[in-house]
Amino acid sequence: MSHLERIRVMFGAAPEKPAVVTPEAKQVHSLKRMTKADFEAIKQHARDHELVTHKWRNRRWAVLILANLLFTFSFWLDIQVLEGALTASRFVGFHLIDLNSALQVMLAHKHIIVNLFIGTATVFVLWAVLGGRSFCSWVCPYHLLAEWFEWLHLKLVSKKLVSDHEFHRGTRTVFWVVFALLAVVSGYTVFETISPTGILSRALIYGPSLALGWVLLLLVFEVVYSRRAWCRYVCPIGLTYGIVGAVSPVRVEYRLDKCFHEGDCRKVCLVPHVLDVVIKGRAAEMTTPIGPDCTRCGLCVDVCPSGALVFDVKGLSKLL
Amino acid sequence: MNDKRETEAASEAAPLSPAGEAAPVVNNRRARAPVRKQANRRKFIRSAVMIGGVLGLAMLGYIPVASARKSRLRPPGALEERDFLSSCIKCGQCVQVCPVAAIKLDDIDQGFGVGVPYIDAREQACDFSCDAVQCILACPTGSLTYTKPPALEIRAGMPLAQAPVLKAKENDPEPTLNLSERIGVARLAHPESCLAVQGKGFSGQARGAGFRGHLRYVAVDRWKPVPVRDHPYQRDLCDLCVTECPIRDAIHMKETIAADGSKQYRPEVLEQCVGCGVCEMICPVEPAAIVVDQRQPWSA
Repeated sequence: MSHLERIRVMFGAAPEKPAVVTPEAKQVHSLKRMTKADFEAIKQHARDHELVTHKWRNRRWAVLILANLLFTFSFWLDIQVLEGALTASRFVGFHLIDLNSALQVMLAHKHIIVNLFIGTATVFVLWAVLGGRSFCSWVCPYHLLAEWFEWLHLKLVSKKLVSDHEFHRGTRTVFWVVFALLAVVSGYTVFETISPTGILSRALIYGPSLALGWVLLLLVFEVVYSRRAWCRYVCPIGLTYGIVGAVSPVRVEYRLDKCFHEGDCRKVCLVPHVLDVVIKGRAAEMTTPIGPDCTRCGLCVDVCPSGALVFDVKGLSKLL
Repeated sequence: MNDKRETEAASEAAPLSPAGEAAPVVNNRRARAPVRKQANRRKFIRSAVMIGGVLGLAMLGYIPVASARKSRLRPPGALEERDFLSSCIKCGQCVQVCPVAAIKLDDIDQGFGVGVPYIDAREQACDFSCDAVQCILACPTGSLTYTKPPALEIRAGMPLAQAPVLKAKENDPEPTLNLSERIGVARLAHPESCLAVQGKGFSGQARGAGFRGHLRYVAVDRWKPVPVRDHPYQRDLCDLCVTECPIRDAIHMKETIAADGSKQYRPEVLEQCVGCGVCEMICPVEPAAIVVDQRQPWSA
């Protein structure tokens, strides 16, 4: 899958089977066509030596909680390290501005002052390097809440009390375009009104609000009707960061030779379409970087029993 | 996983099959195709409904904005209401720097105004304790600004004739406040209940023992505003709105001699009023006799 193809998938296209497969990859694919017994034996071996770990999840939760607490304590305890909210803040005096909020304000107000530009540019560079959607899983407070409620959803699904209703992933692209147009035409930052990221961030810092009712409604919808619906099908913040991080060097990498194609990674993934490559016969090369829609949450890295998915920094990992 | 979804869809698609009877097992490829097509159509319709629903809910935010008879009193330096709502990024940095916590953020009942800062002057007015209008300094998007960019509207009566002089800074080399436009203007809304108009004095806590508002009293501590309840007054003629006003020459007590020779008093708002609302906060009668009309221009 070319990188352009991966970007297309982020905007909602369905992943396609590769047209060209490298000889090495072909060889691995054919080697894996061993007898069922052999394959099962190797798989079992990997399973037996599997380390059940939540390393990346724990690190990520710690970072997410600390980042949000830093906002809260900067105000409550007046330590003044990270002042403001997730939409816009100052880190020891330097402006930081959320890219989607900045976009909404620029489109609605049509006037950009220097501080707005500086803050936006700083954050742009930060997430272009760290992988755009890393913002989602490593910083966004709604992501964490939704992750906890997702656990409840899966529990109910396994008891056959609810079922997951999928939407077309292209809806997120539609939302992104419509909210941008609404900002330009109406002159109001319409998306900010319903953004659970902004609402939660402000509630954590400035105290609870009625707006939390909306967030709760979203969570209930996700539990009873559609798994992770907001992050998967709606949130334009995710797409904005996805676009920004499209060429980021920080990504998860897939290693064909280590994979037994059991699909555990796709089951835990927020955006399983990026893991289309792990389906048997889909990988065109020995190693494949996971696409820009990946939030770098590391759940797949934790869950893979055979180490076929790893964090990778393009260029840097080879040096180390 | 796909197979499971499709059989689910197939059983959904045959609601007329009698209860207890198993849905037909769909296991050949040609029979599956229409089922998949139908599942896709359902997904498409579901997606369209969801898009409509979310956008509809988001646009509900327009109702409070459009139906608001009066806009809120906004922090100093705020752009005109429409520009203010479009440029505010809802981060609350202005809230964080305010030494008297005068600035609060609106909730979702204000629609598009959610997370946008306002001041409830009666509860806690801006008394310029920060000396420098720090909220303007903190604003990252220019929603609060010292000087408006040329493209933005300046309404007649909004610019202040001269830079306002802060009473607390009167002896400083630079006594003025960096503020070019007013945020509103004070008005004696209920002269009949004004103590001065009635010729009455006032003694005690201006707003009672339960009032949580703070005010800077230079005589107490220039840098630390204290609770109003800790600073009781003793006045033969109530003139709190005049004496506590943080701006020089923004309000004075007008004295007239009535036909019978008795003296009549009435607080009179002057052109230097910036609309901070300290007079509204400190007014000891309920409801306040003097109030700030937000976003009102000065008219003589």
